[in-house]
Amino acid sequence: MAADSFINWSLLALSAPGWGGVLLQGFLHSIEIAVGGYALGLTLGVGGAFGKLYGGPVLRDLLECYTTIVRAVPELVLILLLYYAGTDLLNQFLGTLGFATVDISGLMAGIFVIGIVQGAYSTEVLRGAIKAVPSGQIEAARAYGMSPAKVLRRITLPAMLPYAIPGLANLWLIATKDTALLAVVGFSELTLVTRQAAGTTKAYFLFFCAAGALYLALTLLSNIFIGMIERHARRGFAEQR
Amino acid sequence: MTDETTHALALVPEDLPKAENFLKPHRIVLMLLFAGLVVAVAVFMRWDWLPRYLPRLGSGILVSLAMLFSTAILGFLLAVPLGLVQVTGPWFLKLPARLFCTIIRGTPLLLQLWLLYYGLGSLFPQFPAIRHSFLWPYLREAWPYGVAALTLSFAAYEGEVMRGAFAGVPQGELEAARAYGMGRWTMFRRIWLPRAVHRALPTLNGETVLQLKSTPLVATITVIDVYAVISKVRQETYLTYEPLLLLALIYMCLTGILVLAFRYFENRIPTRGA
Repeated sequence: MAADSFINWSLLALSAPGWGGVLLQGFLHSIEIAVGGYALGLTLGVGGAFGKLYGGPVLRDLLECYTTIVRAVPELVLILLLYYAGTDLLNQFLGTLGFATVDISGLMAGIFVIGIVQGAYSTEVLRGAIKAVPSGQIEAARAYGMSPAKVLRRITLPAMLPYAIPGLANLWLIATKDTALLAVVGFSELTLVTRQAAGTTKAYFLFFCAAGALYLALTLLSNIFIGMIERHARRGFAEQR
Repeated sequence: MTDETTHALALVPEDLPKAENFLKPHRIVLMLLFAGLVVAVAVFMRWDWLPRYLPRLGSGILVSLAMLFSTAILGFLLAVPLGLVQVTGPWFLKLPARLFCTIIRGTPLLLQLWLLYYGLGSLFPQFPAIRHSFLWPYLREAWPYGVAALTLSFAAYEGEVMRGAFAGVPQGELEAARAYGMGRWTMFRRIWLPRAVHRALPTLNGETVLQLKSTPLVATITVIDVYAVISKVRQETYLTYEPLLLLALIYMCLTGILVLAFRYFENRIPTRGA
C-alpha cells in the first residue's frame, strides 16, 4: 500500500465527497445532547440533593434507590432501557389521553437518557457540596429572617459552588463522552457517524483519530473554561496548598 | 482540578445502608410495594425464555468478570509506572505519560475500542510478518482488542490517581528510608509503593466499579459477554424489556458483590486517623 493512499486527507474535506462536514454535524449533535443532558441532569440533581437532605423519609429512600440503581448499572444498559421504555411509556401515556402517538426525535430521547443518568451523579455531587456549607452560615441567614427560598438563592447555592465545581466539571466531561454510547442505539452522533464514514471508506484510522481529536479538543477547551469558572467561584477563598 | 474526583461518582463502600435500624415502618411499606412490583414483573412479563439461555448467560457473566479482572490488574500494573514517572521522571518520560493520560481520558472509550478493533484489525492483515507470527490466531479474535482498550483506559484513569498518591506520600518517610541506607529500589518497594497504594485504595475501588460498568462495551466488537448474550436474547425472542431488566439486575448484583468485597478488604487493612 502506497504512502499517499495511507492517509488520504481529502476524505476529511467538508463538502460532499469528503466526510468532514458529516463528522462536524455529528459533533454538533453530540454537543447538543451533552449540553441538554447536562442541564436536565443538573436540574434533577438540585432537586434530588435537596430531597435527599431535607425531604421526608419516603422521598429520601426513593432518591437513594434512584441514585444507587443508576450508579450500579452500566450506562450502556441504562441508555437502552430508558431509550425504549421512555419512548414507549410516553406513547402509551399519550394513547390513554387520546392523543396520537408521536415519533420521539433521537435528540430528545438522547437528552432524556443522558439527563436521567447525569441526574443521579449530580445528586450525589450536590448533596456533598451542600453538606460542606458551614451550618452557621445558613443559621445566620435564617436568623436574619430570610425565607427558605432566599436562603437557598443567596447563601446555600453560592456557598456550595466551590465544593461542587470539581465534581460538576467531571460530570460535564463524562456527559460529553457518554454521548458516544448513543451510537449503540443508532443515534447519529459523532461516534456513529465516524464509524459509518470509516466503514464506507475503509480509512478507519483516519476517521477514528479525527473524531478522537474532536472529542479531545472539546475536553481541553472545557478544561480551560472550568478553570476560569473555578477561579471565579473560589474568589474570597484561601488559596489551596 | 478534575483529577481526583472520579471516585466520587462510583459506588464506594460507605454508600450501602447499614444493617442496624434498617427496618422502619415506611421502609417496610416501600419494600412491600417493591415486592409487589417484582411479582407483577414476574407474573405479567414473559420469562419462559430464561431456562433456555441460562447456560449462555452464565458463561457471559464469566466472560464479563474475566474482562473486568484481567483489565483491572493489567491496567493497575501499567498505572504504577505511569504515575511514578509523572512524579519523578525526566521530561522525556513525564511528557508522554501526561499526554497518554490526557488523550485516553479525553476521548470516549467506545471510540478507542472501535479504533483498536476496526483500525488495527483492518491494518494487521496487510502485514505478512504479523499474519505469520504466533500471535495471529489471537489477533484474529475480538477479545484482545477489548482487553487492550479496557486496560489502557483503566491505566490512564488509575495512573492519574497513582500520580496523586505517589506525590502525596510524606517526604519525611522517604527521607527516613534514605537515612536507613535503603537503595532507591528497596525504598520504592518497601515504603513508597505500599504507602501510595494504601492512599489510592478507596479510589481504586470506585474505579473498579466504573471498570465493571465499561465492560459491556466490548459486546459492540463481538465479544460474547453477558451484554452480548442479552442482545442475542432480544433478537431471538423479540422481547424488549424483560432481557434488559434482567441485565440491569445482573449488573446490580455484580456491583453489589464487588462493593461488599471491597468493604470487607478495606476493613481488614488497618488505618490510623483519617
